Amino acid sequence: MNPRTFPMRAALLTAVLLLVAGTARAAVFDPKTFDLPNGLKVVVIENHRLPVVTQMVWYKVGAADDPAGKSGLAHFLEHLMFRGTGEIAPGEFSRIVARNGGRDNAFTSWDYTAYHQTVAADRLELVMKLESDRMANLSITENVVAPEREVIIEERRSRTDNNPASLLNEQMNASLFLNHPYRIPVIGWQHEMATLTQADALDFYRRHYAPNNAILIVSGDVTVDQVRALAAKYYAPIPRRDVVKRARLREPLHVASRRLVLESERVREPRLTREYLAPSYTTGDTQHAYALQVLETILSGGATSRLHRKLVEEDKMAVSVYASYEPSALDYGTFAIGGQPRGDVALVKLEEAIDLEIARLLKDGVTAEEVARAKNQLVSSADYARDSLRRGAMSIGTALAIGMSVEQVETWPQRIGAVTPEQVNAAARNVFNIVNSVTGALVPAPRPSRS
Amino acid sequence: MRALIRFIAAPLLLILVAAFAPSAIAAVAIERVVSAKGVEAWLVRDASVPVISVQFAFRGGSALDPVGKEGLSNLVAGLLDEGAGNLDSQAFQRRIEDNSVSLSFDSSVDSFSGSLRTLKRNEATAFDLLRLALNEPRFDAPAIEKVKTQTRAWLSGAAENPRRIAGRVLSIAAFGEHPYGRPGEGTRATVERLTRDDLTAFPKQRFARDRLVIGVVGDITAADLRPRLDAVFGDLPASAGPVAVADVAPALNGQVFVIDKKIPQSVVNFAQGGLSRQDPDYYIAYVMNQAFGGGGLTSRLMEEVREKRGLAYGVSTGLAPYDHSALYSGSVATQNDRVGESIDIIRKEWANLRANGLTDAELADAKTYLTGSFLTNIDSTGRMASLLVGIQLENLGIDYLDRRNGFIEAVTMADVRRVAQRLVDPAKLTFIVVGQPRGVAATAPTPNLED
Repeated sequence: MNPRTFPMRAALLTAVLLLVAGTARAAVFDPKTFDLPNGLKVVVIENHRLPVVTQMVWYKVGAADDPAGKSGLAHFLEHLMFRGTGEIAPGEFSRIVARNGGRDNAFTSWDYTAYHQTVAADRLELVMKLESDRMANLSITENVVAPEREVIIEERRSRTDNNPASLLNEQMNASLFLNHPYRIPVIGWQHEMATLTQADALDFYRRHYAPNNAILIVSGDVTVDQVRALAAKYYAPIPRRDVVKRARLREPLHVASRRLVLESERVREPRLTREYLAPSYTTGDTQHAYALQVLETILSGGATSRLHRKLVEEDKMAVSVYASYEPSALDYGTFAIGGQPRGDVALVKLEEAIDLEIARLLKDGVTAEEVARAKNQLVSSADYARDSLRRGAMSIGTALAIGMSVEQVETWPQRIGAVTPEQVNAAARNVFNIVNSVTGALVPAPRPSRS
Repeated sequence: MRALIRFIAAPLLLILVAAFAPSAIAAVAIERVVSAKGVEAWLVRDASVPVISVQFAFRGGSALDPVGKEGLSNLVAGLLDEGAGNLDSQAFQRRIEDNSVSLSFDSSVDSFSGSLRTLKRNEATAFDLLRLALNEPRFDAPAIEKVKTQTRAWLSGAAENPRRIAGRVLSIAAFGEHPYGRPGEGTRATVERLTRDDLTAFPKQRFARDRLVIGVVGDITAADLRPRLDAVFGDLPASAGPVAVADVAPALNGQVFVIDKKIPQSVVNFAQGGLSRQDPDYYIAYVMNQAFGGGGLTSRLMEEVREKRGLAYGVSTGLAPYDHSALYSGSVATQNDRVGESIDIIRKEWANLRANGLTDAELADAKTYLTGSFLTNIDSTGRMASLLVGIQLENLGIDYLDRRNGFIEAVTMADVRRVAQRLVDPAKLTFIVVGQPRGVAATAPTPNLED
């Protein structure tokens, strides 16, 4: 009765779609921007396809800004933002939005926290009033904080503790990053989550939530003049506040590759994942970022990509293989590569085969044709990005929250289009350094034999 | 973007909730397009983005797979894009990638569906690839072997996935030997037994025009669409006759199943019999459920289970109508020590709903949400095309979008009280618990789950 979930192809499509999230072609989303005197940056993306509008407010603070020993705090605050202001009772925010035919939600990453509502265009003023209210007037009591703390711990169990692959992924992050807070899970370590208090949350709120540390994005059936007037009415009165500048710990030189094994009774078929430290759009050897996106596509952007063709189709060693580059980060990016061997193939054999492919890549480089095909795929994905009312708000919000410019988003297709085979080869040499990596094996635990 | 934490999980239900939530959809003009050969499609033309999305479905899904050949529909869905006409798998996939086309197939219990998305500039190639996949699939031996291997790997993962286990036990408990009780993806044994003859016979038996519905959205005119429809669908068999699946009443009588899995958080499905999509009380139940457990953060169950007590990250319920049966079901996940508490609250609220229906405010809020939010979820050409297919599969009529809000607005308190008495039955509410729950005693033996 379950919806059919097909394993491989779905994974490939996801990889391609994720690329779109970072993106666009010349004047892809064509946003208009202005700043309020209190420092709030405002972006308007007009799209008149339907009488619907999305508001997003992004705060430039995330889990990597959690104080030491208080992991999970940025995310906990995200939950508590729904638990009341002086005017709005706990839970009322979402009720008012729903009563007005809208949907609302929020999310937290290492680098940002965002809140969003999608409503009929004539309800924009309502959600701007509500969102601006909680930017300045959060008011929470211990009796909403205590159950919410249980909720985030249940959320951790659902996302992580119940799932061996998620647990391994968490351990791998903690191993890949020796010092930078990306080593700590966004959701938090359970023993620290259990100690988070109302005071912790309010303190974090006061230090980071301010108009001059936020981005307002309105996309959909709206004009920039309408947004200007409403933003002036609701957001402009919120005073600017000093916010803590984000200064995160840096990674030391890595000198030894790391290897992890997670054995679980809940795993039947082994899987391999390797993660390398990589440049992002904004940190490290950033000149490689676009070339790494092309490289990711060459390696695993579909059924004819290098890894799939060689290891799944030709050598029949793997059920699936993938490469995944994540450039959208305030600090370090990551480049992951991995797969699942066929039942009769040892995990170490798959790893050797992947390493051979990497070695061949570093020795022989990529071909001009491979680069041209990958670039075509990527640039086309930007064409699809406008086929969604929310994609532009997501892409631009992410970019601005990690210190990129609107211009960088809008020129993404040209930047991809300019990548050369030599640049892809240089990027590969930059990233595929084993000492900057962690390799994780997810393997079945021996099963108790039944008598 | 780095791993996002969303505020609330996407659909928690394993069993899909009725496809449309809904509104004043005057903005959408649906055109009935009939080709020279008599193929009908519903078209929403939208030239604002140079993208075309096509969705279609044949009535009859995995429930039609013969006993012993479970997984047939699923395997065909995985193989249609693995080579067609004179293109083998790699050549076919290369054409897809180089033209930036998305093409996929899927099977559910009641239908076999397909999805095509293309840029306007690659329209001719995209439709031709779809034509090839539907009319001339190759089912080459290496492709069969590969996709079988992938399916086996997927089944191995699913066998340890608590949500999947709970869903399978629910299906077996509710439907037993009926086709709805069998696994749509098959088992390792049944997938192994499927032959090339089974696969090649499938399109002739299932892809018939009297079972076909089509939705097209995007940058294409009716005049341009007609010949495309003829090329893709015009030569399919005219008739495959009615879908021969028996109606079945779910055998859910308040049992409790406990499936022991070593995980910290128990995953719980609960269900009783539901209402057919054609039932005159369907909209009343739909509105009632919205307030009770369908409304995300704002539902009554969410308030009781999550907001007040911190027992779960999410709890939700939904009507799950099938063509030949119906469930009213939900899910929750709670740490093992407190599962009994969650179940007690859900039972109590189930009884409370039956006895007292909704409050005036709950009913009013559910109605304004459902009427106002429809368009907010239809934010891409693909989603709109899916909606067009869903309306046709359920025989709701081409003017459905004009009438839908009227059905919802007509629901009264008296209706809700009557339908609560008719539908909601705590004595029938059956629980499936996967984990190591404390304070929960099984009342029924765990059915045998084949991998």
